[in-house]
Amino acid sequence: MFTTRKQYEPYISPFDPCPPIRVKTYVTAPNLYVGFQPPNLPQFPLREALMKGTLWQVFYDPYYSPYETKTKGDGS
Amino acid sequence: MWIYEKKLQYPVRVSTCNPRLAKYLIEQYGGADGELAAALRYLNQRYTLPPKVIGLLNDIGTEELAHLEMIATMVYKLTKDATPEQLKEAGLEPHYVDHERALFYHNAAGNPFTATYIQAKGDPITDLYEDIAAEEKARATYQWIINMSDDPDLNDGLRFLREREIIHAQRFREAVEILKEERSQKKIF
Repeated sequence: MFTTRKQYEPYISPFDPCPPIRVKTYVTAPNLYVGFQPPNLPQFPLREALMKGTLWQVFYDPYYSPYETKTKGDGS
Repeated sequence: MWIYEKKLQYPVRVSTCNPRLAKYLIEQYGGADGELAAALRYLNQRYTLPPKVIGLLNDIGTEELAHLEMIATMVYKLTKDATPEQLKEAGLEPHYVDHERALFYHNAAGNPFTATYIQAKGDPITDLYEDIAAEEKARATYQWIINMSDDPDLNDGLRFLREREIIHAQRFREAVEILKEERSQKKIF
């Protein structure tokens, strides 16, 4: 399997004007890993799929603001 | 030709009158990586691509128009009852002076939409790579708008649109795989 959030720690200068963000995150969406979609992948129930934006569980990767919710944008 | 269904692809809900969010959202309306640019790009490129992938661009280009309509609805709901004072606070007074509360195809900084945002190179791989990049840029833009937004109902709709960008990028990547495929599939040794 794969993860859809990656982290890195940028260099922090002792002279930075703002409080440093020590860990930066970025998104690596599922479409980077699946290649040509193989047959018979698991699906969401139809009504759920309409709301989620995809029929295929493997491609469902919702994004939440790291500033707003308890579900962090870094996927943790 | 198209058949119009008089409903949105996904329900658009907005919890508060917040013209500032409209100002951000207009990026996805008339911006370089917005839904209008996407629709026009795919629906124009499709003519000169190999027949195997024309249908894909047709379908995705059409869906982008449905997304454009969702963004328009969000912007409209966020601004329709805002007072000139609220619009001023949101930094929308230049927009108000030119357009009142009407929507217009420009980006978050007020630059009008231009065809230079899109390209059609006539080289299938080049065009599909541009399309993949466009989808990823739109996905990233939705993430940044979600980060800036404190409206949970609006974010719900934005999350749906972002998920569609992931799927579109996936399908464009598959289109590249189709065009890469070696001709003779029957491997007889």
